Amino acid sequence: MKDVKILGPGCKRCDAAVEMVKAEAAKLGIDIKIEKVTDYAAIAGYGIASTPGIVVDGKVVHAGGLPKLESIGPWLKG
Amino acid sequence: MTTDAKAAISDRAVTGRWLLGVVAAIVVWAAVYSQLVPFSEWLVSQLPVERNSHLGSALQFFIYDTPKVLLLLTLVVFAMGIVRSFFSPEKTRAMLAGRSEGIGNVAAAGLGILTPFCSCSAVPLFIGFVSAGVPLGVTFSFLIAAPMVNEVALGLLFALVGWKVALTYLAFGLMVAIVSGFVIGRLKLESWLEPWVLEIRAGAVDLPTGEISIVDRIKAGIEAVKDIVGRVWIWIIAGIAAGAVIHGYVPADLMVKIMGADAWWSVPVAVLVGIPMYTNAAGIIPVVEALLGKGAALGTTLAFMMSVIALSLPEMIILRKVLTIRLIAVFVGVVGTGILAVGFLFNALFH
Repeated sequence: MKDVKILGPGCKRCDAAVEMVKAEAAKLGIDIKIEKVTDYAAIAGYGIASTPGIVVDGKVVHAGGLPKLESIGPWLKG
Repeated sequence: MTTDAKAAISDRAVTGRWLLGVVAAIVVWAAVYSQLVPFSEWLVSQLPVERNSHLGSALQFFIYDTPKVLLLLTLVVFAMGIVRSFFSPEKTRAMLAGRSEGIGNVAAAGLGILTPFCSCSAVPLFIGFVSAGVPLGVTFSFLIAAPMVNEVALGLLFALVGWKVALTYLAFGLMVAIVSGFVIGRLKLESWLEPWVLEIRAGAVDLPTGEISIVDRIKAGIEAVKDIVGRVWIWIIAGIAAGAVIHGYVPADLMVKIMGADAWWSVPVAVLVGIPMYTNAAGIIPVVEALLGKGAALGTTLAFMMSVIALSLPEMIILRKVLTIRLIAVFVGVVGTGILAVGFLFNALFH
């Protein structure tokens, strides 16, 4: 079970990032627990400066803009 | 031949196709652009209105300007999307962290133009900068320059009003950002941040940076077009419609009386009127074009434009989450004073 957090105050792209990760996980058959982090203090605590940010198992893998579709797989498997 | 070598060759073929596609798109763009004047004249001549009437004049402005502005915007945003793929807020922060004031303010304002920035992530960016050791005043220089001096404003000013005004706006927009940030830094207002902001000491995160290919950068340009043009086109049409009304109906002598260089009070009024108005650069520039065309003074018009873009109520409401009211008031006061100075200076110089 991978623990995925999407960091973002609730912009359109943050929601889009959630959907992308969900779809990719389903496609690859990887079991994930996905959580949206919208609290500014919590987001800042991860040390990013742009949103949406993506955290997999406690490690920041992406910040700012939508992720590239082909990089999501390796993050979830890694 | 090894599979690696084959993959490299097919990679090169893909890159080549993308580059060809970009060249073809630019050729089509240029062809369409060159036909805009004849097309708009033809279209207006088909309409049942007198060409030289108020309505005819307004319609011609609207029909010619709308596709022109949209085409130019697409090109500028695409090019800037590619440039910006070399920058990110995290890289910018790393460059600014621990910088001294002065040089830091200059660097922050310059990077504000080049770094991808969206006002929806202004708050995470603000906290991310301050908590990683970027001085408060330097952070403000960035936050003032990023929305005010951007490719949309500069590109449209260049195209609609001319390169002199565009360069002037660039230079003085940067100066307002640098000086305002420096002044805010000197005032030592760290204690006026919301208390929880200061407790975050996250430090900067190291992001794994994958290889970014030319194709990725072209795609970033296309993404930027979809995102920005998709978001601002409605503002542009509203702005051009307002510009068309000014162009067709507002008498020039009235404009000179209200916004001319002799009316010194028009500069502060322009700044005050600009604060509650919310539009982005794309919406305000067609209005600026029409105002200047009717004889409004350059300084007054620039002050109005800077105020509308840099001092907006919605942005202040977003920043209220991290700044106390007192700090927001100082921010508005310092930036507003800078804009006033630019307005007066220009009216005096280009009289």
